[in-house]
Amino acid sequence: MIDPGEAVKKTSVSEPPPVADPSKLIAGLVFGVAFGFLLQKGGVGKYNVLIGQLLLQDWTVAKVMMTAIVIGMIGIFFLHRFAKVNLHIKPTKLGPNIIGGLVFGAGFALIGYCPGTAAAALGQGSWDALFGMAGLAAGSYIYAEFSGSLRGSLEKWGDFGKVMIPDLLRMNRGLAVVIIAVLLTTALFVLEKFTVR
Amino acid sequence: MKHALAAIIWLTPALALAADPALDARNYPGPAWSPYLVGAGIGVLSWLTFYFSDKPIGASSFYATVAGAFGKLFARRHTESLQYYQDNPPRIGWETLFVPAAILGGFIAAWTGGEFANEWVHPMWVARFGESIALRAGVCFGGGILMAFGARLAGGCTSGHGISGTLQLNVASWIAVICFFIGGIAVAMPLYFL
Repeated sequence: MIDPGEAVKKTSVSEPPPVADPSKLIAGLVFGVAFGFLLQKGGVGKYNVLIGQLLLQDWTVAKVMMTAIVIGMIGIFFLHRFAKVNLHIKPTKLGPNIIGGLVFGAGFALIGYCPGTAAAALGQGSWDALFGMAGLAAGSYIYAEFSGSLRGSLEKWGDFGKVMIPDLLRMNRGLAVVIIAVLLTTALFVLEKFTVR
Repeated sequence: MKHALAAIIWLTPALALAADPALDARNYPGPAWSPYLVGAGIGVLSWLTFYFSDKPIGASSFYATVAGAFGKLFARRHTESLQYYQDNPPRIGWETLFVPAAILGGFIAAWTGGEFANEWVHPMWVARFGESIALRAGVCFGGGILMAFGARLAGGCTSGHGISGTLQLNVASWIAVICFFIGGIAVAMPLYFL
């Protein structure tokens, strides 16, 4: 991963081995346990909470996500400023981002879990998540089956490359972080005031 | 027309709520921890994954890796010929352990909190669609297919785009996450309120 920003952390670009080295795997294990633990404690492994967000009844998902974005963003941009972390920016492609996003959402409403929360749901004994996970693996293979032709067609629509909000607004990154943190925090206060959950 | 549509969208949950408490998503004791505490925890966790592993939190690529590994078991040549697996050869890496570990984390959290569900179908689903496990399984499987296809097309899921991408102010992620919720609301509303 080559960093698009000004501060660059040293990183290897060599071909990865078929099995990553043990220290990396252990880190994945520890962070994964923490992630699943937090999701379940936040209630976002529960079918009713997730579908409740899509029915605009229960705003837990939005509260968790927006808080994670504010806290995560401030820390990551601070660390990046001092070249301690790389940014991992994915290219903006309007066609696949929008169509893929809508298709994802339709699936999300049917299953009631997303790829991460399905794992937490399975851990908490919501066995229906298993069928969803099987579907996720099947859908991934179906995508791979069409990936060659999608690459040459839909995935070329509206390709803007690796853009970040501050680039779009021609704004200093630090300023963008502050503005978005203020906007999201305000939204969280509004949610807290007007929603039961 | 626009106002009528908006009114319908906003009123239907309220109407259904008045009709049947079993169809109210909030009809449960509430999450163990505050969503703000959990959100902050996930934010801090993302600092750690960036710093120590040079990885953003993400879940959907795990399923593609598993599918690729199975594919190679049954049709090695065909799987290896696919564009996606040429670009992303299935390998055991950080992401491969992250999702299974999240299952364990979910178990520890549920067990310590006395919230272990041990159920095939959630009561809210039963209240709307009945007790059939086969129906729930079919809808879950179909939903999973759509979700994974959408995630691969969009370039990530609710974790990879919804949290990790948005917090890096990635334009693609903000577009994708808004579309996740538009698509989700558009399907969930008729599913429960029509």
